[in-house]
Amino acid sequence: MRRGTKEYTAWSVGMLAVLVFSLLPVVWIISLSLKTPKTVGDGRFLPAGGEWTLKNYKVLFEGGFDNSPFIHPLINSIAIGLIATAIAIVLAAFAAYAIARLNFPGKSIILGGALAIAMFPAISTIGPLFDMWRSIGLYDTYLGLIIPYLTFSLPLAIYTLVAFYREIPWDLEQAAQVDGATPFQAFRRVILPLAAPGTFTAAILVFIFCWNDFLFAITLTSSNNARTVPAALAFFTGESQFTQPTGNIAAAAVIVTIPIIIFVLFFQRRIVAGLTAGAVKG
Amino acid sequence: MSEIVLDKVTKRYPDGFEAVRNMDLDIQDGEFMILVGPSGSGKSTALRMIAGLEDISDGEVRIGETVVNQLAPKDRDIAMVFQNYALYPHMSVRENMAFPLKLAGAPKEEIDEKVQEAARILDLTEHLDRKPANLSGGQRQRVAMGRAIVRNPKAFLMDEPLSNLDAKLRVQMRTEVSRIQSRLGTTTVYVTHDQTEAMTLGDRVAVLRGGVLQQVGAPSELYDHPVNLFVAGFIGSPSMNFLPATLEGDTVKLPMGEGRLADEARERAAGSQPGQSVVAGIRPEQFEDASLVSGEVRDVGMTFKTHIDLVESLGAEKYAYFRVEESQVESEELRELAEDTGSAELGATEGQVVARLEAASEIKRGDEAELWLDSRKIHFFDLESGRTLASSDGGAQ
Repeated sequence: MRRGTKEYTAWSVGMLAVLVFSLLPVVWIISLSLKTPKTVGDGRFLPAGGEWTLKNYKVLFEGGFDNSPFIHPLINSIAIGLIATAIAIVLAAFAAYAIARLNFPGKSIILGGALAIAMFPAISTIGPLFDMWRSIGLYDTYLGLIIPYLTFSLPLAIYTLVAFYREIPWDLEQAAQVDGATPFQAFRRVILPLAAPGTFTAAILVFIFCWNDFLFAITLTSSNNARTVPAALAFFTGESQFTQPTGNIAAAAVIVTIPIIIFVLFFQRRIVAGLTAGAVKG
Repeated sequence: MSEIVLDKVTKRYPDGFEAVRNMDLDIQDGEFMILVGPSGSGKSTALRMIAGLEDISDGEVRIGETVVNQLAPKDRDIAMVFQNYALYPHMSVRENMAFPLKLAGAPKEEIDEKVQEAARILDLTEHLDRKPANLSGGQRQRVAMGRAIVRNPKAFLMDEPLSNLDAKLRVQMRTEVSRIQSRLGTTTVYVTHDQTEAMTLGDRVAVLRGGVLQQVGAPSELYDHPVNLFVAGFIGSPSMNFLPATLEGDTVKLPMGEGRLADEARERAAGSQPGQSVVAGIRPEQFEDASLVSGEVRDVGMTFKTHIDLVESLGAEKYAYFRVEESQVESEELRELAEDTGSAELGATEGQVVARLEAASEIKRGDEAELWLDSRKIHFFDLESGRTLASSDGGAQ
């Protein structure tokens, strides 16, 4: 019992340390986003004189859809993220199913190739992509970003899903076939629902990858047509030539964090629920 | 409801291994056919070929009048119960049972009605809205049965459906399965490695060994007229005792003594040469405590004295174990049987003979007891081939 208490304390302290370590920057950036230009550089967590302001946030949305420096990129980010995630998950679901269930020539090459692509340094593709996109007209378009995002997130999604599909007993699928299902029906009505937790996990990973990307976004876009938030932040300007837009950037950073938190919280319950349901025998 | 015919069916894997070899089997309409054999005998493979879950390398499978070799499982109109039940964990009991009907596009009212009906038969009505995860093993087994019967298929295929249940439940479900099958009258193919299930459930039993069909027949036929050592050793519990013997005219020389053969027994040895060494197969119940056997009957058999190693009393009967000299019968088939039951590692079978005695017997462990052997029912097998020496054998197909 004593040992249990000790262990519990040790774990709690450890977890607290991790929490503080990872949440401190978040709290700090929230603090920055609420400071006035005068106090933003004072290095204190609470501004001197208790001067808080929401102006940094207001500025982001000023000027409405056309003139705000933030609204358009935010919409771009959400749209590109969702489209890329949807395409990646659909393609990965089929690919992973084939890899987990079928024996076909070149299976290991596909898996190995996927892994190699995932590890490929993205920066080395930037130059050629920039040239190619400009000549074929994909530069500064949604598709121009979605394609490279798919390249790097598909392997990730395939690997995650293969692991989940392998966990599903093959008997279930055969039972479905004997019950009168076509292979596609067996996949859609039995395998897919059972792999839902895996699908959501993969979806979150892909979405976060797209949402966070800066490299492709900054090089392959030139305007609000397709520029996403991480790239747009770099183009923020201060009130005058001599002020840094620190407060605005902090405010924008806080806002873009919120969808990710909602996304994870929303699907986390499904992931946990799904993992326990998988424990059913057969 | 239809008959199922396997016509010279072979399953060959890419590496050349033949899991099922040239199997011929006629399963009548409405018949309860059991495929039994040790693990690796190809019984499950045969079943899965009927279901369409395995390709057929050679030969033909017909369900009804249709050749189904090239048909997908869904087009064969069969229902299967899997060993691990294979219930869909994300669906409730009701949805599990409704699934085949839903796929077939049945109207909602009909689905409801049939699911209710099946649930009533299987005593699942109050569990319809629960998920498989919340059911006991026996209930899950019944749901798997339910999913098979709702659709009224041409045949039920069952792959060791009771082997995941504990012993008591298994006996209970065994009667249940038998009751449901006779009530529905649907052709059923049932795979098991348990000879008790095979004997109690089936109209007919097919014994397989190493992918080859050994014998097909009614349980009593297999028990009374096994065609070879393998079938003889596999069917019956405790299993048949095998002893080396020599046949000389109408006397038989066994390790425990000589005896005169009755006419019935001579018929069973019709295929033998004079003086030939054979294998004698003696079922435990052919022995009896000599003191309990009355004069006339006593004369048709032989009596002998032996040292009793162990007596197990089961209440209604007793099993007495004793050893005989030079009794090792060398045979590939028997070795395989011993491996399957695990007794090979124990070394328990060497020269050991089991006798089933009446409960009234007073023989105790350590006694020098006099036993009687009913020599009318001894089976004789060729030492080389393992085949029975009986001339007119009804067991062969």
